[in-house]
Amino acid sequence: MSTQASTAQPSYLVDTGTRKGLMAWLTTTDHKRIGLLYLYAMLTFFFVAVGIGFVMRLVQLTTFQHLITARTYNALFTVHGVIMIFLFVVPGIPAVFGNFFLPILIGAKDVSFPRLNLLSWYVFMAGAIFAVLSLFTGGGAPDTGWTFYAPFSLKTGTNVSLAVFAAFVLGFSSMLTGINFITTIHRLRAPGMKWFRMPLMCWALYSTAWIQLLATPIVAITLVLVILERFFGIGIFDPAKGGDPLLYQHLFWIYSHPAVYIMILPAMGVITEIIPTFAKRPIFGYKAIAFSSMSIAGVGSLVWAHHMFTSGLSSLSVMLFSLLTMIVAVPSAIKVFNWVSTLYKGSIDFQPPLLFALTFIFLFCIGGLTGVMQGALAINVHIHDTYFIVGHFHYVMFGGTGMALFAGLLYWFPKMWGRMYSRKAIYASWFPMFIGFNMLYFGMMILGMMGMPRRYYVHLPQFHFMHVVATVGSWFLVLGLLMFFGTLIYAMFKGEKAEDNPWGGVTLEWTIPSPPPQENFEEIPTITQGPYHFVQQEGKS
Amino acid sequence: MSEHVEQASEHAAEHPGYGTFIKVWVALVVLTGCLVGMSLVSQTYAVWGLLTLTPLKAGLVFYFFMHLRYEGPLFKVVVLVTLGTLLIFFALLFSDVAFR
Repeated sequence: MSTQASTAQPSYLVDTGTRKGLMAWLTTTDHKRIGLLYLYAMLTFFFVAVGIGFVMRLVQLTTFQHLITARTYNALFTVHGVIMIFLFVVPGIPAVFGNFFLPILIGAKDVSFPRLNLLSWYVFMAGAIFAVLSLFTGGGAPDTGWTFYAPFSLKTGTNVSLAVFAAFVLGFSSMLTGINFITTIHRLRAPGMKWFRMPLMCWALYSTAWIQLLATPIVAITLVLVILERFFGIGIFDPAKGGDPLLYQHLFWIYSHPAVYIMILPAMGVITEIIPTFAKRPIFGYKAIAFSSMSIAGVGSLVWAHHMFTSGLSSLSVMLFSLLTMIVAVPSAIKVFNWVSTLYKGSIDFQPPLLFALTFIFLFCIGGLTGVMQGALAINVHIHDTYFIVGHFHYVMFGGTGMALFAGLLYWFPKMWGRMYSRKAIYASWFPMFIGFNMLYFGMMILGMMGMPRRYYVHLPQFHFMHVVATVGSWFLVLGLLMFFGTLIYAMFKGEKAEDNPWGGVTLEWTIPSPPPQENFEEIPTITQGPYHFVQQEGKS
Repeated sequence: MSEHVEQASEHAAEHPGYGTFIKVWVALVVLTGCLVGMSLVSQTYAVWGLLTLTPLKAGLVFYFFMHLRYEGPLFKVVVLVTLGTLLIFFALLFSDVAFR
């Protein structure tokens, strides 16, 4: 593999076109800049949703109503979910790291359709604006929960129509990105970069892109049907008109369960890049990880009805979906075993990205195993719609995707901005984040096992102690987040200049300067070997 | 320039004649008539009609009007994967609807 750390091209952060400053960024077709546009927008939404979550926890500090009304509480958990899911976690890693690094990882100068890429960001922002507008227009913020379940979503006077339309528009952004990534991986791989020479992040993004492309249209059309039902009363989901509300749940989860894998697969890709770099070893079981990504995408698309076990599904359906849910745990476990096996006898370099990657593995295992529990009907009916579910999916979504996003940011930060952050400050931020996270979400799982239902704005006295523990945990968590992002934002402007390859990585992004030049490579590299070729280190072990 | 003309003429040679288009159109109209007829008989017939005849109609449109017929094997496989996925979704959905 050829390396070329020096280049005559200016950095992608330098404006060289006719437009300067903000206009240069808003009209850019450079995949790296578009990745950063997504990052800045999504982190803004993330902190808004964190703030909402923080307020919801404050509400649970007492057993009686205070601070906000019940209706406002309903609006808050809906908006928190809509923002976190549709504006942060679903686009999350593919839109940021996929855009920024996919072309570099495969040795290309850009994605296949750079203009379409920029369009997808504008569509994303349009969807986000609609989502925000839905809070303040019509009948006020939707109060249905992020799932918009019928028939309530058809009847409520709140502004469900606009919120649903926002999700519809955001779906288009997701599909455009998916099309772009699939085409890029098929058409723009560097000479010699065969499928099994691609870094595993690319496999994760490829699997994700297929889910985005195949599953998103289903939720898009379902949401259009909700709008048609609200405006014209067509009666598809309304039982009063002969419709089937369970059909809504089916159609919604046919997308929204695979969406969980849209969220977690790229996260797994990030972790798969980080582990070998800091273990200084080739990844254990390359093909097993690549195929497990595709298997998760495939089988994960067929398990949606486990969200509906208590809704009155047929017994046959319950058995089928319970079995399929158990099966999807297998490829996920393959990845976990392979990450741990890669670390075994590695020359571990315990840097911040590895700390967060290991945090991901720990938290994801808790989230994943509690998910397998829920695949069993006997357990599911008892904990359905309790705080256990809330705790579980936060372990997967935040402990999984969130921590992987943070790990990825730490790993690629020196490459993206050409500066290095304070490692001590990051270690310091990890402690409150980790302790707060587990107090908050493990506390929620205990509450769920005790019988605390989700989405209640008050609680009975027997749940009070654990609610206080969870709320105090949320304070630690927010403190950790502020320290983490404060450190990174400071480093973006004032951090020391980073080396081109501070971690000793061997994939293509570490062969180019930090920050990358505008067209990534002086000349397209020729690939002659696999992506994780740690020859010297292997010799030592 | 000449290459462009050559490509255009090659592309034109791939086009079926108007006769084929009209035959496909007639088939689509007949299938639509069948669907309407089945929906008038009973709801069950309507559902089965929609599940079987509509994909057939979509297939005709893909194959002739959208030129899938002239595409390479990769395109055809991708379309088949997509339709296969849809079929699996239907089957799993009906494991609930048909046995509820």
